[in-house]
Amino acid sequence: MKLKILHETSYSYDTPVEALVQSLRLTPSAFEGQRVGEWVISVSGGQRGAAFRDGAGDWIEAWTVRGPVDVVTVSIAGVIETRDTAGVLRGHRESVNPLVYLRDTPATASDEALQTLADSVEGEDALDLAHRLAAAVNEAIEFVEGATEASTSAAEALELGQGVCQDHAHALIACARARGLPARYVSGYLHSTEDGKPHDAAHAWAEIHVGSLGWVGFDAANACCPDERYVRLGSGLDAQDAAPVRGMAFGISVESLDVRVHVEEVQQ
Amino acid sequence: MYYNEMIEEGAVRAPYAMLSDWVETMPAEIRQMKQAEAEALFRRIGITFAVYGEGGDPDRLIPFDMMPRVFLQSEWRRLERGIKQRARALNAFLRDVYSRGEIVRAGRIPARLVYQNEAYEKAVVGIVPPRGVFSHIVGIDIVRTGRDDFFVLEDNCRTPSGVSYMLENREIMMRMFPGLFRNNRIEPVDQYPELLRRTLASVAPAKCEGTPTVVILTPGHFNSAYYEHSFLANLMGVELVEGSDLFVDGGFVYMRTTQGPKRVDVIYRRIDDPFLDPLCFRKDSMLGVPGLMDVYRSGGVSIASAPGAGVADDKAVYTYVPEMVRFYLGEEPLLQNVHTWTLWKDDDYRYVMENLKDLVVKEVHGSGGYGMLIGPKASKAEIEEFALRIKANPGNYIAQPTLALSTSPTFVDEGIAPRHVDLRPYCLCGDRVELVPGGLTRVALREGSLVVNSSQGGGVKDTWVLTE
Repeated sequence: MKLKILHETSYSYDTPVEALVQSLRLTPSAFEGQRVGEWVISVSGGQRGAAFRDGAGDWIEAWTVRGPVDVVTVSIAGVIETRDTAGVLRGHRESVNPLVYLRDTPATASDEALQTLADSVEGEDALDLAHRLAAAVNEAIEFVEGATEASTSAAEALELGQGVCQDHAHALIACARARGLPARYVSGYLHSTEDGKPHDAAHAWAEIHVGSLGWVGFDAANACCPDERYVRLGSGLDAQDAAPVRGMAFGISVESLDVRVHVEEVQQ
Repeated sequence: MYYNEMIEEGAVRAPYAMLSDWVETMPAEIRQMKQAEAEALFRRIGITFAVYGEGGDPDRLIPFDMMPRVFLQSEWRRLERGIKQRARALNAFLRDVYSRGEIVRAGRIPARLVYQNEAYEKAVVGIVPPRGVFSHIVGIDIVRTGRDDFFVLEDNCRTPSGVSYMLENREIMMRMFPGLFRNNRIEPVDQYPELLRRTLASVAPAKCEGTPTVVILTPGHFNSAYYEHSFLANLMGVELVEGSDLFVDGGFVYMRTTQGPKRVDVIYRRIDDPFLDPLCFRKDSMLGVPGLMDVYRSGGVSIASAPGAGVADDKAVYTYVPEMVRFYLGEEPLLQNVHTWTLWKDDDYRYVMENLKDLVVKEVHGSGGYGMLIGPKASKAEIEEFALRIKANPGNYIAQPTLALSTSPTFVDEGIAPRHVDLRPYCLCGDRVELVPGGLTRVALREGSLVVNSSQGGGVKDTWVLTE
């Protein structure tokens, strides 16, 4: 599938800020399922600083903006060719040991309910277990927008029984780790959901490390594995660690955010 | 029996011969006067209670004992070789576990202890810092149990503190007793700040243009070790900065100065990893520099010690340091570890639980003498309570025998008496591995006490290494 992606984030400040520093993970991963065509990141009034591929295989760009400035726009315009690898992250160059992803963070810490959920299924092997865990999380947390916040933890989302893709991913990560499987958070884009309805938001899912295959993606929110509709950007221990944008503005100001993501198929 | 560093078989040992006369001929009133003078000096320079991040009352003076602890040149040479060897092995380990992890693949250390260690930083994987050094100042805590028996109690690879005491103790001794330094041939330690500056400059990034600019990054004046940060900055002739004095712009780190921004090449940070950069670690941290880690990871600045260096120095990894020496250097360790039982192993667990009253039990990530059980000094109830904590999480604990720490003569009301001591030398790793002849000697001032921590009644002494 050939996808065209436009992603624009505008930061507005009620009083101009002195400077802005950002760490962007907004370039698609290099693996067999993705071939990146033209890909342009621009930050209005910004200067590109450090740019490198990190140990987890993510391409990171640091940008700084010198103020005073009251609006900064981060734009991504790119084209990518995707291929269904049945969720398997094949051909991805990374050097972080999978065991690192057994570590808990506050967002993915297990509690009794998560442990019970994790123990409620059995699998023939690690891959089967991962599939069943993803299904169990999909069952346990209903997709409801606005029920949770960015700071909601896996335990809180499960207790609520509602959440969005971030909560599904966190819960699945917590369950997988509780069963001894390394798991991580993946941020990216999704072209459309299973029912064919257009989906215009950035997306997130989980990856679980299963011995023989390595990392495999699981989208518990949509009860499927990532295929050619998914664009993978980067990973981390949880949503905060995998955030496509981490930034900070210098100055005393109230920030408001406007995000537009558009993913469309380009007919060849 | 405890090894007495001054008296052996009823006779005064050579290193203490001169000091023995000095003590005997010193009238009591002179001694009291000098002790008061020392205290006044310490108070005037403002060095107060804050060693090894132990916390406690920040305005309390750490007691200073005027009786130096003395090593013979030959004793020191042995120690020095062992310390340098250990520092090289620890850095080799850090290089390895942030790249291919050969030592784990070879099965010489359990993967869990490395990769699931909370001090292991994923963000550092794949980075090779200048000269391959991750820990630039390695503090190795050493205890002595016999004339030739030295053991490493723990390693400190992050930002070991206390070196200002080593320097101040010497300074004050020289000021109060110049005669002692005329009559004894004592190796100097005052070159330490210059050696530290050179070490830090030697690990400037390849992108550095001209003479490297080095700064010390402090969390601020409310930090218990702030005195040391400003003291070292002064002696090194480098800027002492807080996070807000630095900023990232276009791939480099700059310091705000009255003459405008100045590029910074090496940051000697005295801030813990989680607070270094809110864009990479704790996002609520106000102490660090936003964007610092991206600059670091792309080779625009050096950080000493490297983020993630702490994976080499917790008490579980400690048990594998002799193995690191063999694995990376192909040498036999010159300094031995204290025998350590790791409670996540069944046999060790059983042994320890049956012998708690004779052992010292410590938390894997604990420090400063907190969160530990000293079996022989604990009541039955304290032991039982601690046993419950161990049972709840055995993986969090290690145990060691109660060590027969050597004694060094120490001033007491009646003259001098043996008191237990340990030693922390500071090994510098850059283009060279260097060690000034000396370190910080901590002394347990209470009679019979084996706890040298300043938070628990410990003091400090000047540490001498005699030239041949």
